[in-house]
Amino acid sequence: MNNMKINLFLLALALIAPTVLYPVFLAKVLCFALFACAFNLLLGFAGLLSFGHAAFLGTGGYVTGYLMVNSGLTPELAIIVGTLAGALLGAVFGKLAVKREGIYFAMVTLALAQLVFFFYLQAPFTNGEDGLQGVPRGALFGLIDLSDNLVMYYFVLTIFIAGYWLINRTVHSPFGQVLKAIRENEDRATSLGYDVNQYKWLAFVISAALAALAGSTKTLVFELASLTDVHWHMSGEVILMTLVGGVGTIFGPVLGAGFIVTMQNYLSGGELGNYIHIIMGAVFVVCVLSFRSGIVGQLMKFKRNNF
Amino acid sequence: MTQPAQDFILETQNLTKAFKGFTAVDDVNLKIQRGHIHALIGPNGAGKTTVFNLLTKFLQPTSGKILFNGDDITALEPAAIARKGVIRSFQISAVFPHLSVLENVRIALQRKEGNSFHFWRSEKILNRLNEQAVALLESVGLEGFANTTTVDLSYGRKRALEIATTLAVEPELMLLDEPTQGMGHEDVGLVSDLIKKVSKDRTILMVEHNLHVVSKLADQITVLQRGAILTEGDYATVSADPRVREAYMGTAADEVEQEKNEEVAS
Ligand SMILES: Nc1ncnc2c1ncn2[C@@H]1O[C@H](COP(=O)(O)OP(=O)(O)OP(=O)(O)O)[C@@H](O)[C@H]1O
Ligand SMILES: [Mg+2]
Repeated sequence: MNNMKINLFLLALALIAPTVLYPVFLAKVLCFALFACAFNLLLGFAGLLSFGHAAFLGTGGYVTGYLMVNSGLTPELAIIVGTLAGALLGAVFGKLAVKREGIYFAMVTLALAQLVFFFYLQAPFTNGEDGLQGVPRGALFGLIDLSDNLVMYYFVLTIFIAGYWLINRTVHSPFGQVLKAIRENEDRATSLGYDVNQYKWLAFVISAALAALAGSTKTLVFELASLTDVHWHMSGEVILMTLVGGVGTIFGPVLGAGFIVTMQNYLSGGELGNYIHIIMGAVFVVCVLSFRSGIVGQLMKFKRNNF
Repeated sequence: MTQPAQDFILETQNLTKAFKGFTAVDDVNLKIQRGHIHALIGPNGAGKTTVFNLLTKFLQPTSGKILFNGDDITALEPAAIARKGVIRSFQISAVFPHLSVLENVRIALQRKEGNSFHFWRSEKILNRLNEQAVALLESVGLEGFANTTTVDLSYGRKRALEIATTLAVEPELMLLDEPTQGMGHEDVGLVSDLIKKVSKDRTILMVEHNLHVVSKLADQITVLQRGAILTEGDYATVSADPRVREAYMGTAADEVEQEKNEEVAS
């Protein structure tokens, strides 16, 4: 019940946030938060470190962007198709990757994501380095015009809540129980009759689909789909967000995403912009060395010790 | 008259495993009779765990066949073998450390529910398995620890939990790899009583170093040495074999004899 109260409080906060902060910035935070939560489903709850999640974010973005520019689809349908495209790509990548363990899993995902990157770099419909610009946001269900940033923000918030709910549910589902067992002791799960690779694969597909959902949404927010989203930097950034926020906690990646996006926004505007990668690297090192459990882990520890 | 083949729940034919030229399991023909507690003993490095890994397909045999209830299961995946009813434990404790004790057992019960891929449903539907899980915990004396996080259990209790978890999938054949290893005297007694109890309606193949436990539990013993079967038989036969005494048992067997004599004396 305590959790319920916290969630309601956060929801209230999210609803009134645009009165204080710029809606596009908030929408960006939510997109990355969803991306990080999707990534964390795999790392935190299945124990699989993917180094290629940018492929799914970018695929969602490009597919949705392409459809908004070239077809008459309404935004919610374009987002659904983008998400499905990510799920499909995840189904293929997952099949190839889940057989590998540990660092080899990470390497396979990285290699596949690089293939995807070069594909989008070369493919004619992505406009290469320039990206898909001027993607129209369209009208939701053909009725609600999304060009207003505030309306867009509430649309993104709705998507975020749906995605966040699904992740929460997945973690606390019969499937989630098996996933945790596999993370805890894979051989034992096998010896009880579970085909562990099938469970890992499904987790991979769900994670990829939600990452693509984040990418699709982000494309509408910025009216842009670009190579940045499929670059391996992006795969690294989502790891950073998750670790900073707290891996294996459901809310941690949201805080981590908020923190990193805020920092990037702040730094890229100022004179420190050239040092952004160095500063992020430093944050990463400090995090890994001094509070491994991330912001949320640290807060929970503080709460345990003081209340 | 020859025994019908079905009398043996598990049989291996010329089972062999070579690691880079080194033969860890060498042409082993094992026959496990249904309903027996069958002990696999032998010195360190004899290949006992490797045999378990082959039987459950955690390792791929170099050659040979594995028959379960007369069916050739040599080509099956580990999880498929488990679903046939051959469930193994591991030499190092095999629990899910950060799940609760109850959840450990429930995971095993859950598989047959057929909802293990349902990611859109609440885990609350698993609560209907709780009663059954608690009953299993009772059968191993862990009912008071249902909500304990498993890491916090003592070593002996973790092994008892493993047995409860294994029982939850109703195995026809249980493979136990050194269930009493690293335990104090009391825990050894508890666990061996437990094994005796659960052996009532199933077959057990166990690796065990503690000869006292073997002498008390085993109906049949296979002695493995450098990957090959040295001899087989009941405890009296095996322990009287001079090759076994020399290769393995030696003083250990004498100690058991002594202990037994003391028990009689007192
Ligand atoms: N994966 C492997 N690769 C190479 N050699 C192995 C492998 N697994 C086991 N061995 C070797 O095979 C031999 C048998 O090992 P195994 O673990 O089966 O012995 P064991 O009888 O279970 O011994 P213990 O009583 O110490 O548990 C050992 O010499 C071991 O080093
Ligand atoms: Mg062994």
